[in-house]
Amino acid sequence: MNRLRRFFRSPEAIAGALILALLMMMALAAPLLFPGDPQAIAGPALLPPFQDWPLPLGTDRLGRDVLAELFHGARTSLAVGLAAAAAALLIGAVVGTSAGFAGGLVDEVLMRITDAFQTVPSFLLALAFVSIVGPSLGVVVAAIALGAWTGPARVARAEVLSIRERDYVAGARVIGMHPLEIAFREVLPNALPPVLALSSVIVAAAILTEAALSFLGLGDPNRVTWGGMIAEGRTVLRTAPFLSIVPGVALVLTVLGVYLAGEGVVESTAVRRSLS
Amino acid sequence: MSVLAVSNLAKRYRRGGEPFAAVDDVSFEIEQAETLALAGPSGSGKSTIARLVLRLIGPDAGRIDFEGHDFLALSGAALRARRARLQMVFQDPLAAFNPRATVARVLDDPLRMHNIASRTERPRHIAALLQRVGLDAGLAARAIHEISGGQRQRVAIARAIATRPSLIVLDEAVSALDVSVRGQILELLLDLQRQERIAYLFISHDLGVIRAIAHRVVILDAGRVAESGDARTVIANPQSAIGKALVAATPRLIRNRP
Repeated sequence: MNRLRRFFRSPEAIAGALILALLMMMALAAPLLFPGDPQAIAGPALLPPFQDWPLPLGTDRLGRDVLAELFHGARTSLAVGLAAAAAALLIGAVVGTSAGFAGGLVDEVLMRITDAFQTVPSFLLALAFVSIVGPSLGVVVAAIALGAWTGPARVARAEVLSIRERDYVAGARVIGMHPLEIAFREVLPNALPPVLALSSVIVAAAILTEAALSFLGLGDPNRVTWGGMIAEGRTVLRTAPFLSIVPGVALVLTVLGVYLAGEGVVESTAVRRSLS
Repeated sequence: MSVLAVSNLAKRYRRGGEPFAAVDDVSFEIEQAETLALAGPSGSGKSTIARLVLRLIGPDAGRIDFEGHDFLALSGAALRARRARLQMVFQDPLAAFNPRATVARVLDDPLRMHNIASRTERPRHIAALLQRVGLDAGLAARAIHEISGGQRQRVAIARAIATRPSLIVLDEAVSALDVSVRGQILELLLDLQRQERIAYLFISHDLGVIRAIAHRVVILDAGRVAESGDARTVIANPQSAIGKALVAATPRLIRNRP
């Protein structure tokens, strides 16, 4: 695999991939290493890190194991980030392809709706959505996707506008293919690469938005989230700063890892595209 | 009864704000198993006529009768069903296929869409089609970009004949091929016409090729019919100015052949 080799040639991409792999392992290993409720009280309150071997990162204000929370928080962050990005890319690709391929009034209506969503700050949109519908994991994913699908929709539309004039689309019409099949089977797959290039930015933004929502108390209350941990730690920021620093650093590393790995993928495919 | 009858066809475009007629009052007919060539310089409206006949674009005026029915009156599912009888081969065989497609998929699509063969029968049909156009049946598994230009144009012809059409529009179908491959493809087209009684609307700027394959020729100039008639007669003794210019521009080797 040439592309894979090219991907691993850049040190940034390797660093990103390593961080993401570590994060995946944390997320997958969480229920094995820390079975039971991570929100249960595990020891004395506000135990500093590296003091007690069974609780290496100490405990929070209520005596919960910070390391266990960190691992379970990785699950939430990754799940929400990936699910929201996947939903945003799916909605964006479908809307953009429909608009670009149908043209005319359909295009006009869909793109004005896209404009409308794009002019509202996506975080406010997510905030409003969650406070109306109520916080749960699915709602948080939907709320984030709601503000993130416009970018992919625009890129997909621009790509489709150029692809729909190609001969093979005319050829598909000549053999009598249904317009929906032409749009989603012939055109969409060829319009995807530049849309997928947006995915790392969207995943990173989704993870941050989820953390921000949780920080404001609008995350799923039944799940540990890094944003929620930072919010918890905020009240004791002077006496126990590590409670905010540990999930904060995890968040920074995660977003960094997603960016770097995403850039690596885009770079390696960009070279391939320009060569072919 | 003619397979295709086009009468008073017109299509106008805007060029730099000015309206201009790409196709202006063009009429012609094609009989079964006949090849009609459309010749003319670049911009004379050849390809626009092809796209109009195939309903890829709509005309501003005129009438198209295909197999005795008003082809312009069809829409939706009825149009898609009728398209099985009217196929096309493009100039650039690479651009004419989805870059992700395999040979099998390209040939599977028309068979599936027009219910010509069931899912289990289709691989056999595809192999037969490939053999019909002189290709190895093992080519089916290959990606479109992996095969040569000549092979690709054969696949395009296989796709066009998959639905048993009565008319195939060939838009500069041999212009992008090198000379030896061009001869083979023309042979294949003549052979298919003899056996399946397919009519061709053959679009080309190359009078040598037209002389080899077409029965009749229509010479276009700026969207209008300049002259038309028996292909050999017209090419041997053109009457219109544009006809004379086209013949003069053709290499001597072809003109001097008896």
